[in-house]
Amino acid sequence: MSISLLLLLVPLLCFVVLGLAGHKISARIAGLTGTAGMCLSAILACGLACRYFFVDGKSEGVYRSLTPYSFEWLRFSGSLHIDLGIFLHPVSVMMLVVITLVSSMVHIYSLGYMRGEKGFQRYYAFLSLFTFSMLGLVVATNIFQMYIFWELVGVSSYLLIGFYYTRPAAIAASKKAFIVTRFADLGFLVGVLLLSFHTKTFDFAELTAHNAALVVDSATNVSFMGLSAASWAMGLIFVGGAGKSAMFPLHVWLPDAMEGPTPVSSLIHAATMVVAGVYMIAVLFPVYSFAAPDVLAFIGYVGAFTALFAALIAIAQTDVKRALAFSTISQIAYMMTALGVATQTDGTGYTASMFHLFTHAFFKALLFLCAGALIHAVGSNDIGKMGNLRKYMPLTHLAFLISCLAIAGIPPFSGFFSKDEILTAAFNNNRLLFVVLLIVALLTAFYMFRLYYRIFAGNSRNYEHPPHKSPPTMRFAMAALAIFVCVSGLVPFSQFIGVDGTSHETHINPAIAAAGVVAALSGIVVAALLYRNSSGRAAQIAARFNRLHTMAANKFYIDEIWIFFTKTFVFGFVARPLAWFDKTVIDGVIINGAGRATEKIAHLIKGLQSGQIQFYAFIFVFGTLFITIWILLV
Amino acid sequence: MIPMEHYIIISSVMFFAGIYGFLTRKNLLAMLISVELILNSVEINFSVFNRYLYPENMEGMFFSLFGIAVSAAETAVAIAIIINVYRNMHNIDVRHIDVMKH
Repeated sequence: MSISLLLLLVPLLCFVVLGLAGHKISARIAGLTGTAGMCLSAILACGLACRYFFVDGKSEGVYRSLTPYSFEWLRFSGSLHIDLGIFLHPVSVMMLVVITLVSSMVHIYSLGYMRGEKGFQRYYAFLSLFTFSMLGLVVATNIFQMYIFWELVGVSSYLLIGFYYTRPAAIAASKKAFIVTRFADLGFLVGVLLLSFHTKTFDFAELTAHNAALVVDSATNVSFMGLSAASWAMGLIFVGGAGKSAMFPLHVWLPDAMEGPTPVSSLIHAATMVVAGVYMIAVLFPVYSFAAPDVLAFIGYVGAFTALFAALIAIAQTDVKRALAFSTISQIAYMMTALGVATQTDGTGYTASMFHLFTHAFFKALLFLCAGALIHAVGSNDIGKMGNLRKYMPLTHLAFLISCLAIAGIPPFSGFFSKDEILTAAFNNNRLLFVVLLIVALLTAFYMFRLYYRIFAGNSRNYEHPPHKSPPTMRFAMAALAIFVCVSGLVPFSQFIGVDGTSHETHINPAIAAAGVVAALSGIVVAALLYRNSSGRAAQIAARFNRLHTMAANKFYIDEIWIFFTKTFVFGFVARPLAWFDKTVIDGVIINGAGRATEKIAHLIKGLQSGQIQFYAFIFVFGTLFITIWILLV
Repeated sequence: MIPMEHYIIISSVMFFAGIYGFLTRKNLLAMLISVELILNSVEINFSVFNRYLYPENMEGMFFSLFGIAVSAAETAVAIAIIINVYRNMHNIDVRHIDVMKH
């Protein structure tokens, strides 16, 4: 199990080396160093997963949680201490594999995509930092370690979105991403403190042990405004997760984050970082399930709403990366919903959510890599400027088609299996959410194939220079991920990951699978009818639903609502009074007052400094006498 | 044997004469002499208390020896300073030596 530590340290070492010495080595060597480090990490992760799932992890039919490393990092008092360590359980091992595999593919891809960019070494240093933080997040032994790495992930995401720091849009996007997620993390922090105040521990193993008995005993009796302390804490922690995982209404940062380089979008804003919220809820699932079932139900509804909402917006987007970003929001919301409908006794939703996380990471990363290849070839993000690219880019076309089929949920591609499990879980627990998810499945197929047909089919455009093929590194990464997309659905996932650590058999429910496939197929057919030829039919329909279409194209004005809210309430009622207080009271009275008082007193007493040594001696002697008499008399 | 009080009276007179001289004399050399008076009064006290109160010990005597050595060194340094002051300012009146304040 010592490789689990090595697995973490390799990206950290890459970051330190490339960050400190990057400018001294050539771009090529820096890129290769980072890539080699990440590939090593990926190999180690696969080895670790094999050892965990087949050798060390299982005892008496249950996957145990292992803590190969743990040490005390900070001790404040007897019971309040923060530990750092490595905590292995089925979900975290699965996440390690996903993160390192996708990350190494993105590293390889970036060798071609980012060639010749200014700051190539910096790019690889940040990628390594991100991967290290994400790995640290998933192996966290306690919720505070998770919080630390959670913020590190946020920082590295900020650095990578703002990679093109000369572009104002990129700077604005990076700030927006950081501020929105920080704002949500405030909820996370308060939730963590509230939870640990009642339970006196941060440790995941202790929190979730024996059906979260610790939390149930200590925090469900205290209530505030009709909700128990456990519900408040878990709800606030979910707010942090919702910020990272772009749940409505905190999703506004993710579409803008597409200003970063496309491989970054692929790694961070599609496959890994944005699922951190889902992962956190999965780790704390017993706590949610036993101590705060109301919050869990709420998560289900928020997820379903976000899935529908983002799918609607995705239909009307013309920027290929933004459309994919909304598709990401929608798919992550799918995972959230699946967690929301899971219970400790019926763990289908839990397994399905993790399964969807697993498959989604591959096909969404591949979609973004394809989008990067398209942008690389055409020089624009706008799908209006693409068309008939099938002719020019056969490999990208094939990869995009495979991942579209996977995300739409067509068998035998990976998305079908995970989506089917989610639909089954929703069907068994909440019919309303099942219907919503089915509609989302239809919409997903529709908007993905809308993209597909508008990019790869249709009339050829007059390209200024014909779209060129991608470099071999990019094509290799896309091909490798395409293989993962094809096979990842065939992994017997429920054998490995179950809500109580036991293995299950899952069977495809024919009726629900048929419903899902029919929904996906009808979405594809509609998209094909509307967009396969550049007929005006799509425009006509858009014109008929003009109101809805405009609203969806403008993302339902959520950004504007946020700006209104921030300007009026946050700036008007909080920031401005605070600024006034800062300027007049802190600066005016305290800071300047202290300076002025010192100056005045100095003026008063500077006459004492005569320079006459005998005067000083006189004061000294009589001062001593005075003190002596004082002591003698009193 | 001479009573201890006599020594103490002598040393007190020396001490306060030294203080008075230090505060009132304007000549640096005179001030230096006053400082020597103060130091020597202290050394008398050391020796006397040692001799009368703790005759079996010798610490007070050694202290006096150290004090004498220190005061000799100090006098050497002080006179060197005073000579330098005189070279620069052609004056050793303490009232004029306030330039370091500026």
